[in-house]
Amino acid sequence: MGGLVLLANSAAQAEQTSIFEPASPPAESIRTLAILVFVITLFIFFVVEGVLFYSIWRFRRSKQNAGDPTTEPAQVYGSKPIEVAWTAAPALIVFVLVLASTRTLWEVKPNAPAPSAGDNALYVTAIGHQWWWEFHYTSYNGEPLDFITANELHVPAGEDGTPRPVYLTLRSADVIHSFWVPRLAGKLDLIPGVDNLLWFQTNEPGLYLGQCAEYCGTQHAGMLLRVVVESPADFETWLANERQPAVDDPAVAQGKAAFLSETCINCHRVRGTPADGTYAPDLTHLMSRETLASGLVPNDRENLRKWIRNPHDIKEGCLMPAFGLSPEKLDLIVDYLATLK
Amino acid sequence: MAVAERQHDLASQAATKPAWTAVLHDWVTTADHKKIGIMYILMGTVFLVIAGAQALFMRWQLVYARHDFVSPDVFNQLFTMHGTTMVFFVGMPMIIGMANYVVPLQVGARDMAFPRLNALGFWLTLFGGLLVYFSYATGGAPALGWFAYAPLTTKTFARSAATDFWALGLIVSGFGTLTAGINFVATIVAMRAPGMTFRKIPFYPWTILWTSVQILIAIPPLTAALIMVMFDRQLDAHFFDPQNNGSVVLWQHLFWFFGHPEVYILILPIFGIVSEVIPVFSRKVLFGYEFMAAATMAIAFISLGVWAHHMFVIGMSRTLDMYFAAASLLVSIPTGIKFFNWLATMYGGRISMASPMLFCMGFLAMFLIGGLTGIMLALAPFDFQLSDSYFVVGHFHWVLIGGTLFGLFAGFYYWYPKATGRMLSERLAKWQFWLLLIGFFLTFGPMHISGMLGMPRRIFTYEADRGWELWNQISTIGAFIQAPSYVIFVWNLLWSLRHGKPAGDDPWDAFTLEWATTSPPPAYNFDSLPVVHSRRPLWDAKHPDDPDWQYE
Repeated sequence: MGGLVLLANSAAQAEQTSIFEPASPPAESIRTLAILVFVITLFIFFVVEGVLFYSIWRFRRSKQNAGDPTTEPAQVYGSKPIEVAWTAAPALIVFVLVLASTRTLWEVKPNAPAPSAGDNALYVTAIGHQWWWEFHYTSYNGEPLDFITANELHVPAGEDGTPRPVYLTLRSADVIHSFWVPRLAGKLDLIPGVDNLLWFQTNEPGLYLGQCAEYCGTQHAGMLLRVVVESPADFETWLANERQPAVDDPAVAQGKAAFLSETCINCHRVRGTPADGTYAPDLTHLMSRETLASGLVPNDRENLRKWIRNPHDIKEGCLMPAFGLSPEKLDLIVDYLATLK
Repeated sequence: MAVAERQHDLASQAATKPAWTAVLHDWVTTADHKKIGIMYILMGTVFLVIAGAQALFMRWQLVYARHDFVSPDVFNQLFTMHGTTMVFFVGMPMIIGMANYVVPLQVGARDMAFPRLNALGFWLTLFGGLLVYFSYATGGAPALGWFAYAPLTTKTFARSAATDFWALGLIVSGFGTLTAGINFVATIVAMRAPGMTFRKIPFYPWTILWTSVQILIAIPPLTAALIMVMFDRQLDAHFFDPQNNGSVVLWQHLFWFFGHPEVYILILPIFGIVSEVIPVFSRKVLFGYEFMAAATMAIAFISLGVWAHHMFVIGMSRTLDMYFAAASLLVSIPTGIKFFNWLATMYGGRISMASPMLFCMGFLAMFLIGGLTGIMLALAPFDFQLSDSYFVVGHFHWVLIGGTLFGLFAGFYYWYPKATGRMLSERLAKWQFWLLLIGFFLTFGPMHISGMLGMPRRIFTYEADRGWELWNQISTIGAFIQAPSYVIFVWNLLWSLRHGKPAGDDPWDAFTLEWATTSPPPAYNFDSLPVVHSRRPLWDAKHPDDPDWQYE
């Protein structure tokens, strides 16, 4: 009974990353193909295993010991018609599968359209880093955008009659990564020196989980991915906030000065301040994100402080070092970062 | 030499037991294909234990979500060394070793065509393996994954010399494998017994011939690519460095141009073993030999043109995706032909389920499943979801354990009596078989499910809220059920060496030439070279009234 509960529980959890719970056309096309091939292979499975077990049972030696054990069975050397038949049957199945997968291929890999006014489409360049995601928003509904965020991709939900497709240009800053959110689309690699194009479109708002699917070094497992699908109104509110430079709250001027005086700014960017590093996640609207460390822990004050004190306590082997800041300075910097809504 | 005289030799040898240094010297300097074959298999067994232990460490790390048993870097090293070892230092040596022992006997030759080259091949393979393990002396093994995708292998991302040891070791053992391939081709083409025309070659040597052709075509690109890695690392070349117009995709093409034929190098010889065992234990001739032979060649050729199905997720054009999907699916046609012919051979036979046949049946039942999940992976769009997920891990272990390993065990149980003069214990064989089968099912079955639930491979831990924990726990339990089956196997090998039932020359009442000589065979294999009239020379000898050559 406990096992059943556990099973049901894990089935409910699994829905958030299952390839059989598609919420976007490419993932739906692939599921259709998957069901077709499951039916065909299950049929082959039962036929062949059936013949195998029947033969073992029917022709086993103990059953035939009644006769003279030294006689050999009839020797059959082969048969051309039979061979032709069981060459043709699999060939036919292969033909059907090639046709089906070709159709699916053209459905999930369309030609890349160019942004145009009123197209309702979102264009984002996703750049893989060891071990986090950079999202550079370039265009929405034909209107050019130019801001950068990290690890949580916000996209608008479509409505019946008004699809809002998302086109991702995939790139890498270091090694090969792979963008995989199973409910939205199949995975596609982010390859240094190559531009890849991935698309999806969903009408269901919600949180879609995924993670890097190509081994990329120490924290490959810690390169989690969150796609937040919002109603168009919510998305546009989020967009408007992200386009603003960072909040400049005079109450934390001391903290801001502490932040800018440290090496933080070599790698991190806070738009509207001298901090314009490009190696690490953009912190302009850090507090608009729900998680830290590429999805590993909730983004709250306690985790933020723990992270800055020693990132390796949360994400062993990540590229941000522990700087040995004094507790006072740590608090000042956390105070400042906590205002970056 | 007369048999009595030889037995006298053996008796006098036993009376004056040679010093262990003399025995060691004899084995180290030997050029006898049988001793070299046994050394290959011993090497494979030792590395099997090492790589198996690595697998258990990984399974224990994955037993709980966010489990903290080994560090991420150690985990990444474990799966790199596990994969590299199992493919290059367990699978290949066992396959080459078994063929080394059996092929010259089956084609009626006194030894391989180039005995000294044969010895060189073994020692290169062994030292290649040791070189790869030397990487631990640099402070840790490489953490690349066994296919070591660029640019992870560049100095920027792999700073220690571990990667250099890894690449050097594989270059060295690659040359060893090449010499074995050359030797098998020469032996099978030029050293066959009188009367054994090309159409009368027993099925196992026939598959080894085409395996060797694949070795000759597939290994050089790997060696070249590894040398390019060394150039990049040691001489600041930029083959795989994208910042200097190098291409990381080039590595994938070169690696998989080796890597795909490689998986057939690991399975074609098994098709050969199964095609020897099923007829003997069904008391029938192999059904449709010509079609089986042609299917073997077809697999060897088609599999040279399917490599990029490992690369569907790099974003190739739709046309290339379609071509590689179609070509990969084509392989299933000759493989299907083989399956149906094996079943037809059993049909109407008198089937004994002795240990070699038991493992063959395990092979048929399991390899089918691995083949069917292979069809799923060949469909490019479905692969966009499945690639690099645990589904793939489940699939290729199903093929390599359910296929290659079950087939190898069938070969061990079949030919051990020939090599040692003793039978392996049937009781231990049954224990091994059922523990392995159940453990294998529990370990790799759930991986297909967790993969479809979105779990990527090569992650050292996972989030608790994903619903993957249960499936990982079943896998881990399965791994610990499997583990004792390997202990039983090794124990059986050792125990039976002294206590096994005496085998006699031909314990299975078999059909091919290796059973015409003593067990174990003398250094020169045959007193006089046998003359062959059909594919089953011993059947002809036992049934002079109804010989095979009348029908072939």
